[in-house]
Order: sequence, then C-alpha cells, then structure tokens
Amino acid sequence: MTIEQSVALAPAARAIQLIGTDLTEKSLKLHLDGLSGVDAVGLEARAAGLATRSIKTTSKAWALDTIIRLIDLTTLEGADTPGKVQSLVAKAMNPDPSDPTTPRVAAVCVYGDMVADAVAALGSAHAAGGPTGINVAAVATAFPSGRASLAVKLADTRDAVAAGADEIDMVIDRGAFLSGRYGVVFEQIVAVKEACRRDDGSMAHLKVILETGELNTYDNVRKASWLAILAGADFIKTSTGKVQPAATLPVTLLMLQVVNDWNRLTGEKIGVKPAGGIRSSKDAIRYLVTVAETVGEEWLHPHLFRFGASSLLNDVLLQRQKLKTGHYSGPDYVTID
Amino acid sequence: MTAHLTIPKTYKLYIGGAFPRSESGRTYEVATRSGAFLANAAKASRKDARDAVVAARAAQSGWAGATAYNRGQVLYRIAELLEGRRAQFVDELRSAGGVTEAAAQREVDAAIDVWVWYAGWADKYLQVTGNGNAVSGPYFNISTPEPTGVVAAIAPQDAAAWGGGLLGLVSVIAPVLVSGNTLVVVASESTPLPAISLAEVLATSDVPGGVVNILTGSPAEIAPWLASHADVNALDLTGAEGMDWIDLQIAAADTLKRVLPPESGIPTPSLDRVQFYTETKTVWHPKGIV
Repeated sequence: MTIEQSVALAPAARAIQLIGTDLTEKSLKLHLDGLSGVDAVGLEARAAGLATRSIKTTSKAWALDTIIRLIDLTTLEGADTPGKVQSLVAKAMNPDPSDPTTPRVAAVCVYGDMVADAVAALGSAHAAGGPTGINVAAVATAFPSGRASLAVKLADTRDAVAAGADEIDMVIDRGAFLSGRYGVVFEQIVAVKEACRRDDGSMAHLKVILETGELNTYDNVRKASWLAILAGADFIKTSTGKVQPAATLPVTLLMLQVVNDWNRLTGEKIGVKPAGGIRSSKDAIRYLVTVAETVGEEWLHPHLFRFGASSLLNDVLLQRQKLKTGHYSGPDYVTID
Repeated sequence: MTAHLTIPKTYKLYIGGAFPRSESGRTYEVATRSGAFLANAAKASRKDARDAVVAARAAQSGWAGATAYNRGQVLYRIAELLEGRRAQFVDELRSAGGVTEAAAQREVDAAIDVWVWYAGWADKYLQVTGNGNAVSGPYFNISTPEPTGVVAAIAPQDAAAWGGGLLGLVSVIAPVLVSGNTLVVVASESTPLPAISLAEVLATSDVPGGVVNILTGSPAEIAPWLASHADVNALDLTGAEGMDWIDLQIAAADTLKRVLPPESGIPTPSLDRVQFYTETKTVWHPKGIV
C-alpha cells in the first residue's frame, strides 16, 4: 500500500474528530508524520533526572502500597497450567499472607485460554470491570508476535472476552507499522476494539501493546502511541515482556507525554502500562515519580496506570516487610511465583 | 624525569565479585598504628550489607553445587595466589598493622597455611563428620552435613593485639567456604587494608563472584542489620568481643540463625568450625528388598 492510495478506514470516533471524516491511509500518515520529532537526549536526561528522587519512610510506604494496587500480576508462559493460574490468583487476592493489610493487585494477566481458569479461581473477588476486586486481563491477537491474520486475531479476542476477560492486551502489527502501513495497524486496532464488545453492549478495556523494543526510535514510539490512541485504545502499553529491551523509563515517559498531550487536547484520559523488566521496588518507584511529574498524581490509579510484572510483587512485599519489621526480609518469606 | 608521584590506592568494598564504593558514598580514614594517615577506606552502610547478602544468596547454590573436589581445588588456588602476592601483604601488614618484617612474614605464612589446611578438608570433612547410623530395619541410614547457606561474619577486630589483620580474616573466611556456604564478612575496622587486598586475590582466583563479600567500616553499625536479616542463615561473631553481642544473638534468634559466639584472639584452625556451618541431613534408603 502506498501513500497515494486512498483507502477508506473503519470508522473511529477519535480519529474522525481530530483528522476529519476524510480518514484515509494518506491523511493518517500525513498526521503522524507531522508530529514533531523527539529530543532523545533531552528525553533520556529528563528520565534520568526523575530517577534520582529519594523516596523515604511514609512516602515509601505509600508508594509500595500504590505499586501493589497498580500491578497486573502476570504469567505468560507456554508452560502455564490451570494450577499455576490458580496460585497466581491466590497470590493476587492475598499477596502477603503474613500481613492482611496488604492491598490487592489490580488484575491478573494470562493467556486467553486461561481466562476461564482465572475467573473461576477469583470467584466473588472477580471485579468484572467494577470498582472493587480484581480484573482478569487476557493477552490476545496472536500474542506476542502478532503475526496472524486479522480473522485469527479477532477470534482470539472474542474468545477471551466471552470467557470473561475484563481487559484485552493486544499487540500491534509491528511489521506493518515499520513498513509505513499505518492504516493497517489502525484498522486492526479498530477491529479488535470492536471485538471487545460483549453481548450486553459493554466493552472490555483495550490495552494496545506497542512493543517499543521493536520500534527502534523514539519518534516511532510517539507515532505508534498517537496511532493507538486515535484508533481507540484505553491504555497504551510498552511491551510484551518477550522482547528486549522491554519497558524503559524514557519510553514510558514519552508515552506519558503523549497521553498528557491527548488529555490537554481532548480532556480524555488514556492509561499507560509499562511491562517487562521492572523487577525492583526502586525501579517501580521511579515510574511512580515519572507519572506524577508528567501527567499528575491523578494517573496513579488502576484505571489509568498499571505495571505489567510478575517478580516485582515479591520485591515490593520484601520492602514492605522491611518497613514494618525494621529488619531485612528474605525470599523465604514470600510465596514463589 | 621528575620524582615518582605516589599513587595512593582507592580501597573499596567487595560485593558480588565487583568492587563498588559504598552506596552511602562514605569513607573513613585508616591510620597506621602510630596514627599517621594511610588510606581512605569505604565505610559500608546497611544497604551495602543488604546488597552483599543478595549477592551471597545468588551465589550459594552454585558454590554448594560444585563438587567437593572442585571446591578444594578452588580454595587451594587462592593459597597459590596469596603466595604470589606475599610481598604486598607483608608490606601492608608492616605499614598498617605496625608489625616487624619478620612478624609480617610469619603472619602471611600462617595465613597461607590456614588456607591450605582448610582447602584440604573440602573433600574430606564429609567422610569424617558424616556417618552411617545403625537402625533396626532394612535400611541404610546415613547422616551427612550440608552447607547451611549464607553466613555473616565479624572478623577479629583488634589487629593490634594479634598481628596485622590477615590471619584473623583468613581464619574466619576459609572454614565457612569449605562446605559450600557463601559469606558476608565485616573486616577489621582499624586494619581493613589486608581484607581488600585479599578481595583482589579472590576476584582474580576461581572463586565465583558473590561467594565471598567483604565489607569495610563499622561492625557496630553493620552487624545488627546482618544479625536480623531474614536471609542470613548463620552468624559468626568471632570478632564481636568488644561489641554488644548479646543483642546480636537475640536478633539472630528471631530467624533461628546458628550463632558462633565471640572468641578471644585468632581462632585456631579446627574441623569444628567447618562443621559448625553445616546442617545434618539424614537419609533412609531401603536395602535388601527384592
């Protein structure tokens, strides 16, 4: 598909509002290519500067609890079993059995075929999109590569939603994006968003994974973020966790800046989810600082910010135990993943 | 050419096979026995101790998983390297410990001897301290010592009273390593330099990074954090004689650590020290059943 071709795209309210009803591959490309370039040195310096904040005592205690509330506790392995999902859910509901004041995580994130197991294991603790409880997030659309036909991706998504998933984590077609076919990426996101619709008309939340480790440049990350938001993403997510580098602070900062720009432009609030490679409480606190300084503390809520992580939770629990008992804890005092 | 410019050495910590500065950025001045400035050494904080425990824990299964023969070889190799650096150690003991040339020579000799003595035990202690138990049934019943895990140790502190600081340190480190434990050791506060030079020997030997971690600084500041650390399995208070070590024992009891009480002077080499850092595992194995 070349720039000259004018292909009508599936309707998408945000894009139409911004670009106009004349929504074509060409107009989309003109819009995205018109975004200003990213000052990479400035971005990295800003991220490094935000990472130097020292968070202590009561602020740290608050930060650790907030991190737990923002975690999508994840298991995405080929070797996942119903038993593994059950133990993951048990951990999500009661992260630290030695301390009942420990908050619950926001969601558990599993492969689409494990959604039913996760929903069953959650029982009455299943939030189903409500304000309390734990959501079930499912990765879909031929995760993690996204290399499948649109029909397969949509079926994957519908299956997960039908099984009870409250949130869908989809991957974009990086091949199409990198070859400049933004329209293809756009149409797929719009179609997957439509597939998130349940029988009763409500929608599962859509998180769009940009896989920033494969996008090569910050400029591409900015374009992909805009593209995903225009196509209807509720959340933009850095990575699948299967590609290195996964989430980095500069990339997350950049995505937060896009979200901030979108908020100022339209008043609409888009969520951000860094995922992969965030293993220590110290790292996670840096992300909290970055969110608070870029888009405001308002974003530090599960409906606008998440951590995609598995081993992070244990480190946060160890830090929490240290704050509570006054001495260092060890891995024998938290459950294994 | 102008006169030679002295290049003073920067002494740092030894954690996980690397030589980091203290996380706190602190240093303290090390003086000779007569009070003259000798060097700046890193003053470890509780977070350095925490990082050292993490490194020791990560290295423990690998070190314990090495064959006994291999551990013996690795330990013996350190003795070879100590021998090669003899002049440096003698020089450091003389300047820092304030001992005579002959006394320094004797201490380095003794330290190498202690090291070789313990290295030899690596593939022998099991046979000597383990045993087959007589049971009334068709079973082999075998008790074997297993390494206890991560050990935190306070090296003998008062180097002025007994040599220059190398022998005491070696006498604490070597027995812990024999059975496959890993170690976080707080060096003598007043004479830490031989400890860092020993760390350089360890770093260039075959000892995997993290097996030995050496902290310099105030044992009174660091020891309580190690004693209460839930991921430390045993506490060696050999050099804690001058400290409030009853409280350390109490803190260690919270997490059921083995505690070796303080000892006056430099501990003599003994199999008991090797055995102290082990836990007995007893296995029942059926025999004669067809």
